[in-house]
Amino acid sequence: MSTVLGLYNYWIVVLLMMIGFYIVIGYDNLIKKLIGLSLFQTAVFVLYISMGSLHDATAPILMEGGALYAHPLPHVLILTAIVVGVATTALGLALVVRIHEAYGTIEEDVIMAAEAASRPPPETPRG
Amino acid sequence: MSGTWLAHLPALLVMMPLMAAPLCVLLRRPLLAWAVYQLTTGVGLLLSIALLLQVIEVGVVRYAIGGWAPPVGIEYRIDALNALVLVIVSGMAALLAPYARASVAREIDADRAYLFYALLLLCQCGLLGIAATGDAFNLFVFLEISSLSAYALIAMGRHRRALMAAFEYLVMGTIGGTFLLIGIGLMYMMTGTLNMADLAERLPAVMHTRTIEAALAFIVVGASLKLALVPLHAWLPGAYGEAPSVVSAFLAATATKVAVYVLARFLFTVFGIGFAFGTLPLGDILMLLSVAAMLYGAVAAIFADDLKRVLAWSSVGQIGYIVLGLSLATFDGLTASALHLFNHALIKGGLFAMAGLLMLQVGGTRMADLAGLARRLPGLFVLLLIGGLGLVGVPLTAGFVSKWALAQALIAEAQWLPLIAMLVSSLLALVYVGRMIEIAWFREPPEDAPAATPTPLAMTLTAWTLVAVSLWVAVDSGPLLGLAQAAATAALGVTP
Repeated sequence: MSTVLGLYNYWIVVLLMMIGFYIVIGYDNLIKKLIGLSLFQTAVFVLYISMGSLHDATAPILMEGGALYAHPLPHVLILTAIVVGVATTALGLALVVRIHEAYGTIEEDVIMAAEAASRPPPETPRG
Repeated sequence: MSGTWLAHLPALLVMMPLMAAPLCVLLRRPLLAWAVYQLTTGVGLLLSIALLLQVIEVGVVRYAIGGWAPPVGIEYRIDALNALVLVIVSGMAALLAPYARASVAREIDADRAYLFYALLLLCQCGLLGIAATGDAFNLFVFLEISSLSAYALIAMGRHRRALMAAFEYLVMGTIGGTFLLIGIGLMYMMTGTLNMADLAERLPAVMHTRTIEAALAFIVVGASLKLALVPLHAWLPGAYGEAPSVVSAFLAATATKVAVYVLARFLFTVFGIGFAFGTLPLGDILMLLSVAAMLYGAVAAIFADDLKRVLAWSSVGQIGYIVLGLSLATFDGLTASALHLFNHALIKGGLFAMAGLLMLQVGGTRMADLAGLARRLPGLFVLLLIGGLGLVGVPLTAGFVSKWALAQALIAEAQWLPLIAMLVSSLLALVYVGRMIEIAWFREPPEDAPAATPTPLAMTLTAWTLVAVSLWVAVDSGPLLGLAQAAATAALGVTP
């Protein structure tokens, strides 16, 4: 039982990731898809951040009396990944704005139906 | 002082487009931005060739960024495999530069053209960075640089479908990139290092833990998403089919190839052949999926009704050939993969460039627009013919050289079923190429068809150069074969 509870940070990661992934797959609303994608990425941030932490450890700064300190590298790495995540979300939202201008909706199934309707009929075979 | 200057080649190659991109944004004028693009990519091609020559001479070129010694600092590590990929990316960017000027002037609004060039440079920087770096996390960062710029570039397509295609690619690409990030994180947890060479040394000690097995799974799935291996290919036909002509040609020739490189680098260099193919049945899984890709891509290409979509589906199939070579995990298989990587980049780049010409001259790229091409625009028809035969793998084309190498590698391993699948897939390729040729040769153009608009010489020259190089490679395949063998040697990490 203690191993199950002791690894609670990983359970949070898995749960967050699966919720995000489900939203990406299961919803037609493009904004909701982006929210799901963001959650999915955030789960990985938590994975990296919890990887570097130790019990009773201080921040990795030079100071008196701090013997144990958290590993700073995963935190620095994930700072980069957070920037990437922000850029992805911003670009995705910009695309959704353009999609809304072009199609008048942000529901994927409605857009697909509109595309299917506007597609020219298949070529008739030559006689 | 040329000696010291040459020592900085790996960093220069990646940093130059990164620096040139904001310059494009500052200059704003389309012509100036294009000039920057042309200059940067031209110099980049020369640098990448110089680097390749260096690698051939000394074996492995290592470069510590900022003077921080690896494994603490980020290291660029170039062997024959990356050098080949670097030349493909730089070469495609440089060859497409003259093409881009006229194509962008027709397809992109003039007030956004400078952004287009800036994004192309960023995408090139990302792809070069992925290939050059020897640091796993750095690879992820460059992967996202190239992907983010690619999403924006695809969204610049003429039709509103391009927006949805870009959005789909964004969602799937981000999931793929994040999977790679998880895999890299899990490896870091177990080994405490991000340097690939260092990882390769430390991984064997913790190899048989669940964590590393999970890391391998995440990285293979992430890379497969990026290289559009069936069944993770759904983003590719839309993305390449709807993107502006320059972007289709550039991405089809480079982006998936770089992703294949990522897969090969992790499987062979980082995890090692014994773990990836010995303890886990990865060879069988990849082989099954690549066979599915070869057949499914070719069948879907037969039923597509737009030339660019046919080419994109054909890419899905051709990627199958490349991964099939990898899945053998033998020297011959990897050589064949490296060969096909190069040849397919040339052929598909040339064909997408041809599709861009068709777009400008006839006004569309639907299959119906091909009607009567042989008489209206014989030059384009010859391009389509040579490129198409290259896809099928007819002797005397580049496609034949690599498919022959792959067939021999399969025979050496007694893999008869994939060999048969490969032959069937080539026959299916004959069907979709034959369909294009048939429409272009036999069918009459519509009566009310407007006269074809003449295109600038530079664009035609680019398409012809790509096709001509692919023919030259087929006739004189010795040097390329030597290079592919060197790449396979570098990937397998054994000296012959």
